[in-house]
Amino acid sequence: MSNSTLQFKKVSFRYESKNNDINPSIIESLSFTIHSSEFVSILGPSGSGKTTLFKLITGLEQPSSGDILLNGKYMKNRLGCVGYMPQKDLLLPWRTILQNASLPLELRGVKKKVAYQQVIELLEEFGLKGLEDELPSVLSGGMKQRVSFLRSILSGANLLLLDEPFSSLDAITRLSMQEWLLNLWEKRKTTVLFITHDVDEALFLSDRIFVLSETPVRHLKEVPIPLRRPRGINDLHLPEIIKLKEDLLNQLRQKVRL
Amino acid sequence: MSKLRDLYAPSLLIVIGLIIWELIARAIGMSFILPSPIEISRKLWELKGILFFGHLPATLGVILTGLSLSIILGVGLAIWMNTSKIAEKTFYPIIISSQTIPIIALAPIFVLWFGYSIWSKVAVTLLITFFPITVSTFDGLKSSSKEMRDLLLTMGASKKEIFLKLQVPSALPYFYSGLKVAVTLSVIGAAIGEWLGAQAGLGYFSRRMMTQFDGAGVFAPIVLLSAIGIVLFLLVALLEKFTLKWRKTI
Ligand SMILES: Nc1ncnc2c1ncn2[C@@H]1O[C@H](COP(=O)(O)OP(=O)(O)OP(=O)(O)O)[C@@H](O)[C@H]1O
Ligand SMILES: [Mg+2]
Repeated sequence: MSNSTLQFKKVSFRYESKNNDINPSIIESLSFTIHSSEFVSILGPSGSGKTTLFKLITGLEQPSSGDILLNGKYMKNRLGCVGYMPQKDLLLPWRTILQNASLPLELRGVKKKVAYQQVIELLEEFGLKGLEDELPSVLSGGMKQRVSFLRSILSGANLLLLDEPFSSLDAITRLSMQEWLLNLWEKRKTTVLFITHDVDEALFLSDRIFVLSETPVRHLKEVPIPLRRPRGINDLHLPEIIKLKEDLLNQLRQKVRL
Repeated sequence: MSKLRDLYAPSLLIVIGLIIWELIARAIGMSFILPSPIEISRKLWELKGILFFGHLPATLGVILTGLSLSIILGVGLAIWMNTSKIAEKTFYPIIISSQTIPIIALAPIFVLWFGYSIWSKVAVTLLITFFPITVSTFDGLKSSSKEMRDLLLTMGASKKEIFLKLQVPSALPYFYSGLKVAVTLSVIGAAIGEWLGAQAGLGYFSRRMMTQFDGAGVFAPIVLLSAIGIVLFLLVALLEKFTLKWRKTI
């Protein structure tokens, strides 16, 4: 097997509470491994701890116990080591597209001129050509998400965490963004962890799907996707994929308590 | 320019107001109680020498010194409260409750402390403008979202970088709102200060004319005071427009 990009070893976590009572445990003794150049989706109902998982990986939160390994090495301070694209685009409204996208470079101490050059070279591929001097407020939702994605890629990290990046887009824009993302990923081969609510999206994009099936999370149910790449959207109509989708939906439905 | 057209309605209202004022003042016919606008303008012209070159600079000096000190101290304190929880817990309630102190009642004490020098007036101006600047800047620094902060942290940003690249830009619009309130208050502060004890200044002059029952002489410096307020306000608005170009498109 190829080497691991991310590894959880018996990680447990609960949020610290402000008052004295103890918050419920969110993750308990969880272990899993993500290999390099993999595309893995995380599927789970609302509140199951998906975003919490990302906060642990980025280093915004530290596990109560257990180790998190990046590229095979234990790292205590992980801030600045992974690319993170939050659910909202979170562009700084006073910065132009160029300035927004080059922010991670700027924070790494890259000279402005060099950083801008690097961003400009990528704008075309991200469908943002000619928009470098615009402010985020004039962009459409899909464009903003692409800027946000460009920004996370420019962090230079080999692991990208995408938290429901397309959930705020309409169905048609979402579909073309998915195809665009796959295309980009196939060229770059960075490792991607992708949170989504949408079973179709997970099936279309991923090598493997992790299903969060219990609270607290003790293990991730792993579902490999039997599809070759490159994929087309019609592959989702194959009988085995439809079967898989039904299984996944059933599993998720059991978890949703009304 | 649609801006110019926006001014039609208020200008019209002011002109109508002035005409009514003129008519009432003429009907009453006691200019030491209610001078008419024409009398005031005539007075303004008559006194232009001492008003513009004697008293206006004195008052402007008080206002600008008071405002500058207020900005330095207010912004400084806001930044301090933003970096230290203890400072916030200590100062914030004090700043808020300080607003319940009637500053006009305090002003005579400043005269006692600082005499008739410029500093008694500066102290009143400082006290009256400090609050809007400090509180708005502080709220502005706090206004940046936690999500944005977390995102910058995941990019490896230091505390200082988060302050400079996120908090300061988010605080600027708040700062300008506070400053707009402060510049108009600063005129009031300076006038109060001069009323209570001064040897020069528009407030002082207005009060002196009062003792001489010169109604138009009381109003003429007040016209200048409000002109200072308007000009300062416009300057801040212009500065805001210039430095916050991005806000126009929102
Ligand atoms: N800062 C926090 N302090 C305390 N509890 C929190 C905090 N953030 C999240 N939680 C709790 O942790 C649990 C998991 O939250 P999380 O945001 O990880 O869910 P999620 O799977 O990302 O949900 P969604 O799909 O709605 O985004 C929730 O029950 C939530 O109430
Ligand atoms: Mg979430």
